[in-house]
Amino acid sequence: MASTDKKRQQKSCFHCGDTFSGRAIELDAKPFCCQGCATVYELLTENGMGAFYTLEDRPGVRVEALERDRYAFLDLPEVQQRLLQFEEGKHARVSLRLPAIHCSSCIWLLENLHRINPAVISSGVHFTRKQASILFNKEQISLRQIVELLVKLGYPPEINLSTFKQKEARPSRKWVIKIGVAGFCFGNIMLLSLPEYLGMGEGFESYAMFFGALNILLALPVFFYAATDYYLSAWASLRSGQVNIDVPITLGIFALFGRSLYEILSQTGAGYMDSLAGLLFFLLIGKWFQEKTYQSLAFDRNYESYFPVAARVVKNDLEEQVPLRDLKPGMEIIVRNRELIPADSKLISDRASVDFSFVTGESQPVQKKSGDLIYAGGRQSGTAIRLLVEKPVDQSYLTELWNQQVFRKANANPTVALINKVSRYFTMVVLLIAAIGGVYWVMTEPSRWAQVVTAVLIVACPCALALAAPFSFGHTLRAMGRNALYLRNADTVETMAAVTDIVFDKTGTLTRNDQYELEFIGNELTDHQQQLISSLVAQSSHPLSRTIDEYLDCEAEYEPIRYKEVAGAGLQGMFADVWVVVGSEQFVTGDVLDRDGATRVFVKIDDKLLGYFLFEAGYRSSFQHVLEDLSKNYRLHLLSGDGDRERFKLSAWFDDERLHFSQTPFDKLAYVEKLQRGGRVVMMLGDGLNDSGALQAANVGISIADNVYDFTPACDAIFDGKQFARLPGLLSLARGGMKTVRASMVLSFFYNVIGLSFALSGMLSPLVAAILMPVSSISVVVLTTLSVNSRAAKELGEPGIFTAITSKPDQNQQIL
Amino acid sequence: MSAIFLLIAASLLVAALFLGAFLWATSTGQYDDDYANSVRILFDDEKKAAPKDKQKSTDSKSQ
Repeated sequence: MASTDKKRQQKSCFHCGDTFSGRAIELDAKPFCCQGCATVYELLTENGMGAFYTLEDRPGVRVEALERDRYAFLDLPEVQQRLLQFEEGKHARVSLRLPAIHCSSCIWLLENLHRINPAVISSGVHFTRKQASILFNKEQISLRQIVELLVKLGYPPEINLSTFKQKEARPSRKWVIKIGVAGFCFGNIMLLSLPEYLGMGEGFESYAMFFGALNILLALPVFFYAATDYYLSAWASLRSGQVNIDVPITLGIFALFGRSLYEILSQTGAGYMDSLAGLLFFLLIGKWFQEKTYQSLAFDRNYESYFPVAARVVKNDLEEQVPLRDLKPGMEIIVRNRELIPADSKLISDRASVDFSFVTGESQPVQKKSGDLIYAGGRQSGTAIRLLVEKPVDQSYLTELWNQQVFRKANANPTVALINKVSRYFTMVVLLIAAIGGVYWVMTEPSRWAQVVTAVLIVACPCALALAAPFSFGHTLRAMGRNALYLRNADTVETMAAVTDIVFDKTGTLTRNDQYELEFIGNELTDHQQQLISSLVAQSSHPLSRTIDEYLDCEAEYEPIRYKEVAGAGLQGMFADVWVVVGSEQFVTGDVLDRDGATRVFVKIDDKLLGYFLFEAGYRSSFQHVLEDLSKNYRLHLLSGDGDRERFKLSAWFDDERLHFSQTPFDKLAYVEKLQRGGRVVMMLGDGLNDSGALQAANVGISIADNVYDFTPACDAIFDGKQFARLPGLLSLARGGMKTVRASMVLSFFYNVIGLSFALSGMLSPLVAAILMPVSSISVVVLTTLSVNSRAAKELGEPGIFTAITSKPDQNQQIL
Repeated sequence: MSAIFLLIAASLLVAALFLGAFLWATSTGQYDDDYANSVRILFDDEKKAAPKDKQKSTDSKSQ
């Protein structure tokens, strides 16, 4: 191309910070990537809210165009009733989840909504939950207008069927309160036990009684309130015939409390109430940390949260919003551009162009003719279409596919969680040691056997062991979360560490759905022609137009006299005396030849067809390095739904027998299962519903998402495609996490051996217990924290241990 | 020495007051969002966003 020397420099949008190379919209000499961003800037500066831009650098969120009537369903009284938390007189309050909240500027902007629209009375942001609670005057502004204002500002709320169900799930403050109680008791019992540690001497028995009585009093809330969760968990696990880590802990707690009670009341000793309270204090901190980590990373999205809440039904020539649940066969519905088809239905309109990327992962729109059956989950692109509903939503093909048994994740994970396995043997061994010790002391000195047995149970209480897993996995999950890999639960780390085979999907996984490599097929374009095309596509914000604009890379010198954009079809414009038409084959040439389904954009200037731009999905920039790195440690497989055009290109990293094309969703599923029958532990990376069977079947199913609002099928983890290059590092972080767990287990066994030797020799004094227990717990916490975070720093180039620990909630966590 | 009974009772009372304050703060949700408040305190109350916001921006970044 002639114009490469005119290469435009990359600009960064003043509002959202996205880099772009196309034409910038300029306002106040600041570049903006799109009209949406510029509008927000105008809106904010007009309302004297320019401070938004001074709080953080380029804090905005890329604004997507607001689709007309997208939120019309919010006018339904039924929907409002379920969304509004509170309604009285003219006031109403709504709490919305805004996944785009990511920085302090967001908080500032959302809490100053009343300056943009005075009908908003007040608004508050809950940052960690990414929630905004808005109190508004419903006589002046409707719920729909509130939501549309948020969308205009770049904070589209997550409203869907599942939002309906969970009407404000309050976070559990239980752990914090229990920690507070345990900490209070711990501190005070420690103080009151101090004289005992130091030795009070003769003549102070009355004080000892007093201290003992206070210790019992202070231990009561610990034993009867703070520790109850362990009893329940231990009981539940025993009833299901298993032994989890809480069983030995509960044994230890009972031994501690019972023995201390006996010692104090019989005045034979000072008891171990301080150890009891300390133990619970540390254990609860571990539980709280675990809970907090999981809560901030939790995701559980299903297909329902992707579906709209209502559909537009035509009744007596009038459009009416109907909740999705009430959609019945025989109803006529209207689906506009970019809207989802909610139920299996027959097309009434002449033509439709449906994008099934949600179902298949491939983004090419499929052409449908009048009378065709269209499955739910497709997205119409182009003009509005009319459809006749064939099946209710819950019986549609998609829902049935989803509910099929094979697409359900089997709960029995082949790798049983290490910690449970260990704790089973651990309990047996402890009981055995206690029994042997008891028998030995019964024979040598019968008066002391009970003392020894309880001492064994006390000291063997696996406090450090119980902390090892939550802290190692917790830190690993957080480090992964900082790098935009979000795991469903901690067990996934363990399975990830054991992976032997990695299976990739091609489209959307190795390639990006929103990035193309393109080529012009036809006669070579002259500079003048290029400029004409460039001037035309510059008028449009469609991704294909922008890609062509970037590809041609020349200044748009002409202004069209007349210009028309037909959504989903193409553009036409008149320049001086020349007509330029750019768009789909149907739009430009009038008929469609049967082709391979690749995206083509045709060009016609002055009624002369010049050729077409051929779009091919672009590979992720880092995919070669990632594959190269991974092929050293793993067997790589590729399963693609496409034809095998690119077999040669990919054969550098995949063995021929592991490279499969034209795979259906069931082929993929069967392939993964075949690998597993061969004893392999499989990790699958894919996107779209066509991979979901395989993602479910795989030991670790990772769903790749390029856009935070993309649907992700049920899986073990969601991974932001932009971080694809970090995949090898993340895998090695998972292996490191397991190593840390093992190391800290060894460490806590070491403490147990020391403690047991005290206990068996009958020398476990309260002081030894009071030192040993906190030391073992704290050293395990320190070991896991340092080792996981320093590994994350090494593998993923993170800033360093201390910044990692103290860092503020991450921007990348937008997805959640 | 018997003063120790009184002293311990008093110290426990004070500690219990603090525990009560902690429980109250937790159950009214003051620890729910540990990030927003730390930022919110730095926002200016004034109506106009004056140029001295510059100062503030460095503050909010440095935390």
